Formats: sequence, structure tokens, C-alpha cells
Amino acid sequence: MQFDRYDTDDFYDEMFVRPGVPRPGSILLAQILSSLSDGELASRQKAAEAGLFNMGITFNVYGHEAGVEKVWPFDIIPRIVEANEWAGIEDGLRQRIQALNLFIDDIYHDRKILKDGVIPEFVISSASGFLLPCVGLAPPLGVWCHIAGIDLVRDRDGRFYVLEDNLRCPSGVSYVLENREILKRTFPQVFEASHVRPVDDYPSRLLEMLRSLAAGRVDNPCVVLLTPGPYNSAYYEHSFLTREMGIELVEGRDLVVRDGFVCMRTTRGFERVDVIYRRIDDVFLDIETFRSDSMLGIPGLMRVYREGRVAIANAPGTGVADDKVVYGYVPDIVRYYLGEEIRIPNVPTYLCWRDDDRQYVLDHLDALVVKAANASGGYGMMIGPHATTQERDEFSRKIQDHPREYIAQPVVGLSRAPVIVENHCEGRHEDLRPFVLSGKDIYVLPGGLTRVALRKGSLVVNSSQGGGSKDTWVLDRPEN
Amino acid sequence: MLSRVADAIYWMSRYVERAENTARFIDVNLHLMLDLPAGFARQWKPLIAVTGDETLFQKRYGQATEEHVVEFLTFDRSYPNSIVSCLSQARENARSIREIISSEMWEHLNAFFLTVQNTRPDLAADAPHDFYTEVKMGCHLMAGITNATMSHGEGWHFGRLGGMMERADKTLRILDVKYFILLPQVQDVGTPFDNIGWSALLKSASALEMYRIAFGLIHPSRVAEFLILHPEFPRAIHYCLRKADRSLHAIAGSPAGTFANEPERLLGHLCAELSYRPIGDIIGGGLHEFLDMFQYRLNEIDQTIFDTFFALRPIQKEKS
Repeated sequence: MQFDRYDTDDFYDEMFVRPGVPRPGSILLAQILSSLSDGELASRQKAAEAGLFNMGITFNVYGHEAGVEKVWPFDIIPRIVEANEWAGIEDGLRQRIQALNLFIDDIYHDRKILKDGVIPEFVISSASGFLLPCVGLAPPLGVWCHIAGIDLVRDRDGRFYVLEDNLRCPSGVSYVLENREILKRTFPQVFEASHVRPVDDYPSRLLEMLRSLAAGRVDNPCVVLLTPGPYNSAYYEHSFLTREMGIELVEGRDLVVRDGFVCMRTTRGFERVDVIYRRIDDVFLDIETFRSDSMLGIPGLMRVYREGRVAIANAPGTGVADDKVVYGYVPDIVRYYLGEEIRIPNVPTYLCWRDDDRQYVLDHLDALVVKAANASGGYGMMIGPHATTQERDEFSRKIQDHPREYIAQPVVGLSRAPVIVENHCEGRHEDLRPFVLSGKDIYVLPGGLTRVALRKGSLVVNSSQGGGSKDTWVLDRPEN
Repeated sequence: MLSRVADAIYWMSRYVERAENTARFIDVNLHLMLDLPAGFARQWKPLIAVTGDETLFQKRYGQATEEHVVEFLTFDRSYPNSIVSCLSQARENARSIREIISSEMWEHLNAFFLTVQNTRPDLAADAPHDFYTEVKMGCHLMAGITNATMSHGEGWHFGRLGGMMERADKTLRILDVKYFILLPQVQDVGTPFDNIGWSALLKSASALEMYRIAFGLIHPSRVAEFLILHPEFPRAIHYCLRKADRSLHAIAGSPAGTFANEPERLLGHLCAELSYRPIGDIIGGGLHEFLDMFQYRLNEIDQTIFDTFFALRPIQKEKS
């Protein structure tokens, strides 16, 4: 595999400073890749894919009738993040999560930030993630968002920006762990020589954090993971995490509220549950409190939660901070609660409810990415430069009809990295989703999910939209 | 253990056992057909009779030709008891309890199902013995992996319970259907075809070699005795039910010979009957009647297992 034909075009490339010159942390990797024949690299790629297939590492795509399961495409060339760069990312993520947790707690209690006029009241009251029944609730440790998967992108200037916060039920961490397993088998020598920071202890850190949510209530808490079931797109991950943590994987129908506690139905009767790591959305949790048509939840759950007899992670109501309009205010939120400037900036964001912003957006639809404030996973968005006139007209109408529901951002020239395409490498755009755990303290998993748009020129990395993934190597010490 | 999880293990195991039995029945029948003289009626209908799904087959395929029966029992995705459907359901069940079973079990079942699903029916028809052997071995391997990698705790016992209930049922059905077809016609007694037929029945339960060791010459009532009452042959009904009984007791923690729930009571009763009833008595009272009643009682036990362990109990209204 020679990189002499590999072109970085005018994007920031994660592996090469310029064609033929690898970044310091990637020198070893580039050497090994160059020493492999094209056929050998392709056969290692095939072996890795076969490994994933046999392990049954799959995701479900909504809207596909036949064969709901797909194996997520995986590229064996790792993305390398150097130690000093990672230190900056970790620091910025800690700051962000700390501020967001203070923000959510404030929103459901004193609402100081609204009273002080930093964020208009209506932005919060109209956020679909804002849940009136959660007002006044006090989750254990005062933490609302226990698990976050914050999406970072790198622009042409080489800087990282936060693209989305994903504070509700972020998924993808299982791929981080499985990708690592596969890559250790694929490039054992480079891996060892590169001093990559391990990710394997994520499940035990997660379990420890979840158990801490019942501290002071019970000595040996029963922790469960609540899944919508095998047909959910992230079911594989739910199963994987429970296996790694040694806890029960439950569906709503396994749980019942009984004598003031949440219990699971077992072959020997009812057993008490103390902590629920839920992977279903807020509004499906309890038909008594939220959606009355939900088949997934547990009637009465919120009553038990309110009385402090069960902990739920992430806390119901956390989604208020996941609204994309609220996202636009995160730099203000950080400044307000921490008195600091934000360390990892947002992608510049136009909030369509503001008249000036809206006018600008409508005038520049062909140059902007428009997103629905409450959607995720690549659904409900339009990439202006790639959209048809008809699509732009449609979004123009939607924006004018529901300005609160839309935001727009300039198209980020996402950084690229080489991926294997048949027998050679080509640059593809990618992002990075690190995972952050918050309990008594904050833990940032060194690495995260690197998602890559496998279609040439595509900027959409979501698995549901033809994206794939790479292993992310955070190096342990600065390279010379 | 969660009721839903126990249910999933029970059925995962039953479906794998069902697929294995069906593969064996087809394989043995294909061989048998090769040994029958030209002009002899091809007997594919009894295989459908064993499944109990004759009406469905009739409606969809009409004539019970080899091609139709093999397609129906092997590759028909719309028929829930075809081999590919059984493996698909076993895998779906396994998929919902991956955190309970071992990775080895899941990886094997997943790869096994995908292989069978991707087999082109015409290629399987070219070398049917190889194909059905692969299916049987895939199922045996699943059982072996389960025994060797999963703790023999509650979940494992639910799995064995499901497998043994299924196996008892299948041995019973094949015996019921074939016995009466094979019962000596005056003109056939002592001919090679007579022997071939009974051997095929025993082979259908993987029992020929073990039968020879136990009884030597083939005799109809001995065959019935072996398949129903033998205490050590792993496909004999008596053996299956005793293992099922042992798993039930392990699950409930109740001492052998007592019962703590309805399935234990019914199954214990059935085992006792097999322990103390000689074959002459069974045949004297009518083998078919005996098997028919037995089938009914097996279904009853299956229902009480469901009611006792898996059924989601009605939600009690909480006092507020």
C-alpha cells in the first residue's frame, strides 16, 4: 500500500500534514501500512469485517423491510489523536458537561439563567425536551446527564468544534470497544508500539457510576439496563453493555411498580430494582406521566422516581439541554455558570427564531446546513449545497412556518482520513464522538467513536445514512 | 432470572432441537427412498404427518412429492417449523438474551443460521446428505457449546427443559406415524423391505446402533419399547422426560420425588408411569391411543411451564 497517490485536497487530514508526510503520531502506522502489499491490507480488512459479522455486531435500520440487521461498515486504518491534542479535548468536554448539568438543574429549579435574561424563557418552555413533570425534582448527586456522547468535528482550520451534544441516550460506545478488539488483532505490533490508551474499562466505570446513584439508599444496588427491545437500532449495544457489566437487560414489560418500588418479574417472583440505565426516550418512560400510547415504559415509574426509590440515568428531563436551539446558547451557559470562556467552541449557529438570523438563513439556504431543533441521527436535516431547489423551498417554508424549530450552520469542511477503497486509500470525511460519564466526578473515555462518511464527498457520517466507523487511538505520551 | 429471559432460553433450545430432528427425518427418508425398489410408493406424506401441519401443507403445496416436502420442511420461510424458520427463531431468541448466554453460543448460532439461510435450495438438493449432516452437526455443536460454556444454573436448566420436551415430542410423533405404516403386512413379513423400514425408523431417532447393542434383532414391539421406555438412550421418551424432570426440580429447588408446582406434579406423574409400565401393557392397550394421550399430556405440561414461569402476571394495582 503506497500513499503516493493519496491526496489530501484542501481539507485537514487526520493522518497526513500534506501528501506523503504523516503527522508525528501516525508515522509508525504509515510505515506499517506502506510495508503491506495492497492485497494484504485488503485481506486484513476482510478478516476484520468477517470478525464483526460473526460476532453479530449489527445495527438496525428503520424503514428497511427486508433484513433489519446490518453490519456496520468498519475501516481498519485507525484514527490517531495525539496526547496533547486529547488533553485539550478532555478539558473542554469536562467544562461543557459540568456547565450543562448546572444548567439543567437550574432550569428545573430556580431558573436563574432565564431570570437573568441570558436565555429567553420561551426557548425553554417550547423545547420538546423540557418536561414539566420534572420541575423541582432532585436527581441523586444533583447530576442530570450521566452519560453524554458529544459530537466533535474538525474544520479546515484544524480546530475542533462541538457539533451536537447528544445528552439523551447517546449510542456507539459498544462499537468503540468492539472496534478496539478487532484492531488489536489486525495491527498488534503498531498498536503495542504506539502506546494507545485503553478503552476496555469503560463498562466498569459505567457500572461504578450507575451504582453510585443508589449510594446511601441500598448497599448492593440492583442496576438494570432498560431497552426498547431487539428491534431498536442500538439493541446490540444494550445487550453488549449489560453483558460487560453483568447486569440484567430488561424491557418495559419486565418491570412493574409494586408496593412503591420498581420490580422486575422473575421466575421466582418480583425483585427490586434500584437503578435504571434507560435507553428509551423520556416520553416513553411512563404512560401515567408522559405519552399515553407508549408500549415501552412502566406505568407509575415516575412516582417511584419522584419519591427517590429508584434512580434513572440519564435523568428524565435531561433532553431540554439537547435541543439544538439550547445548544446555540452553550457558550453563554458556560460563561454564566462557570465564569469561563468555552474551550471547545460551537459551530457558528443561526437561530431561526431571531429575525436577523432567519433572514440570513433564508438568503443563504444554498450554503448552510439546516437542522430541525429536536431531531437527531441525521434525520430532519438539509445540506444546502447538496440539496435540490425543491428541497430548499420546502425547508424555506418550514423555517418560516416554525422558526423556533430550526437552526442553521455553515457547512463544516469536516476533516478527512484515509480509508481503504478496494486496493487503495482515499480521503473520507469524519467526526468524533467521545463519551463522558458524570457521577461524583467526570470521566472522559480516551478515544470515542470515529464515524466516517464512506461515500465519496459525503459529509453525513450517521450509521443510518451510509456511514462507517474507525477505531480511535488516543496516544499516551507526546511523540517526538 | 427474568421470566422473559427464561422463556427465550427455553424456546431457543426447543427450536434448535426441532431443526435437528427435522433434518434427521428428511435425511433418513431420502436414504430410505434410495433403497426402495422401483415402483414402490414414495413415502413423503408421513413426514408431514409427523409435524402435525398437514392442512397447512395441503393448502400451500398440494401433492406430497419429495420436492414439495423438502422445500416445505427445509427452506419455507413462511412455515414457522421449517428448518430455516426454526433456526431463525432460535437466533432471535438468542439475540434477545445475549447477555445471559455465552458469546460462543451466540456466535455459533448466528453464523450457523446465516450459513443455512444463505444456502441455495438447488445446491442443497445436489448433495442433500451433506447439507442435512451440516444442519444436524450445527445443532449438536450448539448443544455441546451450551453444555461446555454456560453455567449449569437456572438458565441452562430452562434450556435443557425446552430441548428435552421437544425431543420427547419428536420421538413420540415419529414413532406414532411410522409404527402403523410399518406394522407387518402379511406379504412383507421377513422381506428385506420390512427390515429396512424398521431400521429407518430407528435411524430417524439416531437409535439404530444403540438398539442393536440393546436388543440385537429388530422386532416391532422391541422398537417401541426402546424408543419409549429405554432409561439410558438419550432420545427415548422416558430418558428425555426424566432429564426434563430433573431440570424442573433444579429450577424450583424442590427435592426429587416431590413437587412444588404444577409442571413438576404432572411431569413426575408421567415419569412414574413410564418407569412402571411394561411395553406389553402399553401395546395391549393400543399403542396409538397411548401415544395420543401422551402427546396431550406433554402439551399440558408445556402449558403449565408457561403459566408457572413465563406468563406475565397481571399488574397489581398499587394502593395509592
